Amino acid sequence: MKNNNIVSLRNISVDFDGDPILIGLNLDIRDKEFVTLLGPSGCGKTTTLRTIGGFVNPKAGDVFFDGLRINDLPPYKRQVNTVFQRYALFPHLNVFENVEFGLKLKKLPENERRNRVHEILDLVNLTGYDHRNINQLSGGQQQRVAIARALVNHPRMLLLDEPLGALDLKLRKEMQIELKKIQQALEITFVYVTHDQEEALTMSDTVVVMNDGDILQVGTPQDIYNEPKNAFVADFIGESNILDGVMYEDCLVEFAGKKFKCVDKGFGILERVDVVIRPEDIRIVDPENAPITGVVESVIFKGVHFEMLVEAHGRRWMIHSTRCEQPGSFIGMEVDPFDIHIMHKMEAES
Amino acid sequence: MKWLSKSYVGAVLAFLYAPILVLIVFSFNQSKSRGAWTGFTFGWYQKLFTNQLIISALINTLIIAVVSSIVATILGTMAAIGISNMKRWMRGVVMNITYMPVINPEIVTGVSLMLLFVFIKNFGMKFDFGFLTLILAHITFNVPYVILNVLPKLRQMDSSLYEAAQDLGCSPLQAFLKVVIPEIMPGIVSGFLMAFTYSLDDFIISYFVSGATSQTLPIVIFSMTRRKVSPEINALSAIIFLVVLTVLLIVNLNDARMERENQAKVRARV
Amino acid sequence: MNSKSISAPYLLWMIVFILAPLLLVAYFAVTTPEGTLTMEYVSQVGEYTPVLTRSVWLAFVSTVICFLIAYPLAFIISRKSGAGQRSMIMLIMLPMWMNFLLRTYAWMTILEKNGLINRFLAHFGIGPLNMINTSGAVVLGMVYNYLPFMILPLYSIMVKIPDSLIEAAQDLGCNTRQVVTRVLFPLSVPGISSGVIMVFVPSVSTFIISRMLGGGGNLLIGDLIDLQFLGNAYNPHLGSAIALVLMVLILLCMSVTNQFGDEEKGGIL
Repeated sequence: MKNNNIVSLRNISVDFDGDPILIGLNLDIRDKEFVTLLGPSGCGKTTTLRTIGGFVNPKAGDVFFDGLRINDLPPYKRQVNTVFQRYALFPHLNVFENVEFGLKLKKLPENERRNRVHEILDLVNLTGYDHRNINQLSGGQQQRVAIARALVNHPRMLLLDEPLGALDLKLRKEMQIELKKIQQALEITFVYVTHDQEEALTMSDTVVVMNDGDILQVGTPQDIYNEPKNAFVADFIGESNILDGVMYEDCLVEFAGKKFKCVDKGFGILERVDVVIRPEDIRIVDPENAPITGVVESVIFKGVHFEMLVEAHGRRWMIHSTRCEQPGSFIGMEVDPFDIHIMHKMEAES
Repeated sequence: MKWLSKSYVGAVLAFLYAPILVLIVFSFNQSKSRGAWTGFTFGWYQKLFTNQLIISALINTLIIAVVSSIVATILGTMAAIGISNMKRWMRGVVMNITYMPVINPEIVTGVSLMLLFVFIKNFGMKFDFGFLTLILAHITFNVPYVILNVLPKLRQMDSSLYEAAQDLGCSPLQAFLKVVIPEIMPGIVSGFLMAFTYSLDDFIISYFVSGATSQTLPIVIFSMTRRKVSPEINALSAIIFLVVLTVLLIVNLNDARMERENQAKVRARV
Repeated sequence: MNSKSISAPYLLWMIVFILAPLLLVAYFAVTTPEGTLTMEYVSQVGEYTPVLTRSVWLAFVSTVICFLIAYPLAFIISRKSGAGQRSMIMLIMLPMWMNFLLRTYAWMTILEKNGLINRFLAHFGIGPLNMINTSGAVVLGMVYNYLPFMILPLYSIMVKIPDSLIEAAQDLGCNTRQVVTRVLFPLSVPGISSGVIMVFVPSVSTFIISRMLGGGGNLLIGDLIDLQFLGNAYNPHLGSAIALVLMVLILLCMSVTNQFGDEEKGGIL
């Protein structure tokens, strides 16, 4: 990896009232990338973001920006701006004044301030909203003001803390595309915090999956989805069937009472493993010579596919299929070897 | 930064509590003099409990506070319900007059009520300044606090609740008693408590409408402070402080416990 | 249930015990004991201009001091945890529940000629300082009695300012001082205006604090009114005129204060 890192976190530990939030976290963020910190609530992703922003002082470890240690640099001196979770717009200022806020502090001349504010308001499609009061705006518009207010300062890096969390689904999708466009147009680094895996996969260049104050996996969306490192990542990224299995030899695993061919190697003989199978990778076949058979419990139409829960070998399997089977019907299931993902048990990892 | 803010808070608290501490310490002082410590005694407490004037003033204060805050709560709750249903301009007028005793300096409220009672007396009605005038005055300055506590609760209340109750078979009166009243109960209770404590504590308004016969505790305290030396005041202060502290601690601990329970509930749901 | 008639008893009460007495004050202020119309008493109030200015000045000074003490304190409290806030607010309110006569009396003990401070200073051969019966003592009494009235409204407005707004200001380049002047201050204006009113009104109209701590030389408006109604100078007409002037003064002060912010509370005037 070439050293075009804009931010590096080294052995960062953060406590809140004695509770450890981050434990020796290491992370490099490359310049001009769209990086997403993804994880369930309480996993430390927001704390990581706030450490970069300067709102959290790590108990131990170093924060580097462009190779310089910035641990002691206060937030207002960092070349970073933040879009806050609930926008944190100033209620006593109108749209224009909110966006202008940072420029005024930099003591820029008035006409330059005006030009830059209008330019950025155009970018977020808020032309003509200058004198609107903040609480007259819809959630989506407030969101845009918050983004404009941060971007107008030309930061090297934009931190976004679940910025779309308060919007409805349709608006979220629109904003996701727009944010990605803005990031590419401005060519700056975005660090984006979310607990929504779909959001992370659609927008990011790099996804950082976190849990319990630790980073579990860093990779492209494709890597993370197709090659999850462990059952937690697999389960968190998309829906998965996670089964207990035993490795017999390289490329042979037993689960659900049968031996299956797979493509994973390098596990111990008779090692107990997690077997992960995506619901869309299970094919419905004739039960007669199928490796797995079961009874359909329920069927939900999901638009593109049907989601079925199937009772087989003492557990529920989730299947996504374009075929619709009636509840109660007896079906067979089949999986290709390369769709069977074998992972070390989580406990064994640490 | 942390130690700076801690010591700042400490300094302000010291300023607030030092005088009270002085009062309490000197309530155990043998000498009548306020400045010098001459020895420990419980004497002033004994004197206090045998002081007929103080005991009867205390009883008066309690009676007046209970009666006036109960009447004010009933009157104010009814008023709030009516006011919340008034037309906008009417509500504006009524609320502005209601705010008068809250905004006006107490001394103005006091002398205005005194003038009223004098005026009525001059018209030949027979009554003396005392219990009656005190209770009337206390109700008057208490009602606004009840209204101001109940009105927001009425506004927060979902207006369809009342209709839902009727839809489910309540008569309007039943709907009112079973749905509206329980819903605004927190406001009524806090209004009552506020009225009660204001009534207990009031000096200025009582001062203008009390007579020679029935005095309240603050009025007796006032006359005691005018006599140069009266260490019973110290003893009384200590007792009042202790009572207030106990009440506040109980209320506070209760709140804290309820909050913890709520949090536990929220967590259980998550 | 006819919801309007339910408030009838209160409306009657309001007219008799709130409206009528205030009208009586106005009536007394502009009539002689014989009942003829006169402006004599109102113009007589002009003779007491020094007392009026002293009252307004001392109340103003006390209000400013209260604000300076309370503002940082309210902010510190508002950033504490839930339990920390609750116990701090309890500690602030506790002295308020003591009757203010007792609290003022305590300062007599401390400030007087052979009071605690002077006795303490005497050990070092200093004094006795003349502290009681000065306007300084009156201001001290006002600040002491009414400080919580400034802290509480400031606290309740500041607790509503989320940390994220302060962080957003820092993020956009505010240093600590700029955070205060550009964000905290403008946002706490409603709390400031109600705190100012809640300290200024009782300060400007007090007669107890001036009597107990100010001696004879620091007469305030409240003392004047008291003298006309229950004192030796018995003259309810003049007293009403002064009370009327006081009311006007306070309404003026409130309308000035309400100019700043406080849009949400439309109810007050």
